Amino acid sequence: MKKSRPAVMKAAAVVGVAALGLGACGSSKSSNTGSSATTASGGGGSSTSAVKIGFFGALSGANAALGINILNGEKLAISQYMAGHPKVAVTVDSFDSQGDPSQANNGAQKLIGDKVVAVVGPAFSGESKAANPYFAQAGIPHITASATNVALAQSGDKFFYRGLADDSAQGPGDANYLVKTLGAKTIAVIDDKSSYGQGLADYVRSQIKTDGATDVVDDHVDPNGQDYSSTVNKIVAAKPAAVFYGGYYDAAGRLIKQLKDKGYTGAFMSGDGSEDPHFITDAGATAAEGAYLSCACEDTSAAPSAATFNTAYQAAYGTPPAIYSGEGYDVTNFLLAAIKAGNTTPSAINNYLKTNSWTGITKTLKFQSDGDLVGGTVYVYQVKNGKITQIGTTPS
Amino acid sequence: MHLHSFVTQFWPSTVDGVTLGSIYALFALGYTLVYGVLKLINFAHSEVFMVGTMSAMWIMHFLNISAIQSGFALVGALLLAALFSMGGSAATALALERVAYRPLRRRGASRLAALISAIGASFVLQQVFEVYYSNQYSNFPRLFKHSTLFNIGSAQITTDRVLIVVAAVVMMVALERTVALTKLGRGIRAVAQDPETATLMGVNIDRTIMYTFLLGGIMAGVAAVLWNVRFEQTRFDIGFLPGIKAFTAAVLGGIGNIRGALLGGLIIGLLELYGASVFGSQWRDTTVFVVLVLVLLFRPSGLLGESLARARA
Repeated sequence: MKKSRPAVMKAAAVVGVAALGLGACGSSKSSNTGSSATTASGGGGSSTSAVKIGFFGALSGANAALGINILNGEKLAISQYMAGHPKVAVTVDSFDSQGDPSQANNGAQKLIGDKVVAVVGPAFSGESKAANPYFAQAGIPHITASATNVALAQSGDKFFYRGLADDSAQGPGDANYLVKTLGAKTIAVIDDKSSYGQGLADYVRSQIKTDGATDVVDDHVDPNGQDYSSTVNKIVAAKPAAVFYGGYYDAAGRLIKQLKDKGYTGAFMSGDGSEDPHFITDAGATAAEGAYLSCACEDTSAAPSAATFNTAYQAAYGTPPAIYSGEGYDVTNFLLAAIKAGNTTPSAINNYLKTNSWTGITKTLKFQSDGDLVGGTVYVYQVKNGKITQIGTTPS
Repeated sequence: MHLHSFVTQFWPSTVDGVTLGSIYALFALGYTLVYGVLKLINFAHSEVFMVGTMSAMWIMHFLNISAIQSGFALVGALLLAALFSMGGSAATALALERVAYRPLRRRGASRLAALISAIGASFVLQQVFEVYYSNQYSNFPRLFKHSTLFNIGSAQITTDRVLIVVAAVVMMVALERTVALTKLGRGIRAVAQDPETATLMGVNIDRTIMYTFLLGGIMAGVAAVLWNVRFEQTRFDIGFLPGIKAFTAAVLGGIGNIRGALLGGLIIGLLELYGASVFGSQWRDTTVFVVLVLVLLFRPSGLLGESLARARA
C-alpha cells in the first residue's frame, strides 16, 4: 500500500488512515482518569517532610500487565521504606500512559506539575522517546525499568537512567546463544520493521556473522498481517538450524505456528518483545513449546537473593512477581537510598545516582555517564510445558 | 530481486496464494453486490467479516470445543461454526442496511453521506468489540489435523487448504447461479440496471436491497469461517487489512461483477505471494497495488468490467 492508486483506492486509503486515527482516539477514552496519587501504606508519624516519586507507564490497555508489574515493585519498595518511619515520607504519583506515545506529553506535564522528585519510567521505548525530553528539561531524574531502545541513552539527556541492559546487549547475546550454546550454523533472521524489532534483529544479523554462522534468510513481516506463508516458505526451503524473530509476541506467535505447520523443526528464538504469555496463546501450546526468548530482565522467583522480595510481593498483591517487577523494585530502592541519604531535590538525587551504586535483588545498579547500566546480563527463557521458564544467561 | 527464490517457491506460493485469494474473493462479493445495486462502497463490510469470525469463535468457546474432532463431531463443529459465522455476518449486514443506509436513502441523501455513515458504523462495531470483548487476539480451535494429502512440486496440499478452496468455489458458483437464475436474482439485476424502472415493474426495491446485503453478508460469513480455519485467530480489527484487499480485488476484477470478484481475489492472493517471494515480504502489498494501478490504467473498469446489471440470465 505504498504507491499511488486510482480515485476509488485513494478513497479507501483515506478511510483507512482515518480508521487508524479514530481507532487511536477511541482507545484513549480513560486518559484523564488514569492518574492518581497513592499513599504508600505504613506511613510513619515521625516524618518531617514528604516527597513524591512518579510512575510513568501503561496501567490499562493491551500492554498494561507490564506497567502494573513495575508499579507494584515500586509500591512495595516504598511501603517497605515507609515501614521504617523515615524522616522523609515518600508517596507514589502514578500516570497511566496506556503505552501510547501520544499520551507522553500529558503524562510528563502532569508529573512535572505534581513536583515529583524522580520518576520510575517511562516503561516503553516509544513513550520514553516522547516524554524524556520534558523530564530532562524540568531536571527530573527518570529511571526506566524496562525501555531497552539503544537511542534513548544517546540523546544527551543528563537525567536519563536505565536499570537493565539495552538492545545492543540483547541482540548480540541472543546471536551468541544461538551459535555458541545451541550450535546453530545456519540462521534465518526475521523482523517486523519496527524500530525495536528491526533494531534488535540487525544486532543479531551482524553478531552471527562474527560468530561464524550464516544468515540464510532475511525477511520482514507485517506485524498487522496474518498470512506469513511467503516468509515461512522461504525458511522451510532454506532449512536453517534456527530462526530469530525481532518483534512483538502476536506476530512471533503467528510466525512460529505457521512455521511448525509447514514442518519446520529447528530452534526458534525471539527477544523481550515476545516474552509474554500471549506468545504461547497466539502460537498454540504445541507450536510454542521449546521456543527460546531473551530478556534483560531477571525472573526473580529463581534468584536466591530475591527470596524475601518474592514473599513480600506475593503477600502484598496475591500474585508472584512477574516480568519487570524486580527491576521496578530495584530502581525505586536506589531512589529511596538517595532520599535516605538526605537528597530531597531532583538535582541532588540526580547527582546521587551519578556517583553511587545500589546492589538490589536483580543486579548492582551503577550508571555510566550516558545513564546506561555498567554491565548487565541478558537472560534466556524457554517455553516449557506451556510456561516461560528462565533457563540461563547468554554467553559473551 | 530474488528470481531464484521465485522459482524454488513457485508451487508453495501458488498454493498459499490460491488459498488466500479464495477467501478474498468471497469477501469481495459483498463489496461488489452492494456496489452493483446501490453504486455505493460499503466500507463497513470489513466489520461484517469481523463479526463473522467472532461469532464462529464464540460458539466454539461457548461449547468448549477446543480439540481435534473426527467424524460426525468434526462435520457438526464445522457446520456450526459456519452457521454462526454466516448468521453473525448476515445479521450485521442487515442491521447496517437498516440503521446506516436505509434512513439516508429514504431522505435522498447523497452517496457521500452514506459513505460517511458506513465509516461511522465501521468504527462503532470495532470499538464495541474492542471494549466489550477484548483487544487481544482470541483463538479459534484447530478442529482437524492440517495433514498433507499430496504434493505438487515442493508444495504440500493440506486438508485445510483443500477445504477452503472447495468451499469458496462452491459458494461462488451458488451465488452466481442465484443471481443469474432465480427471481430474486432477476430483481437484483433489475434494480442494478435501473432502480426506478424496476419499481415500476413491480420490484420491491427495499426488499431487493435487503437481500443484496443479506447475500453479501452470508458470503462474508463463509469467508470469515474459512479465515478462522486458516489463521485460527481473530480480534476486533481483523477485518481491516483483508477488507482493503477484498475491496481491491473487487475493483481489479470490475466492481459490480461477480465473476470479476473471483478473478480479482485469486489474482490478488497470488500476486501477494509471488511479490513476496520475488521482492521480499515487505513488498507484498506494494506489488499488489502497483499491478492494480497498471491494470486500471489500461482497463479503468477492471478486468471484466462493471456489469452486475448485465450478468447473463
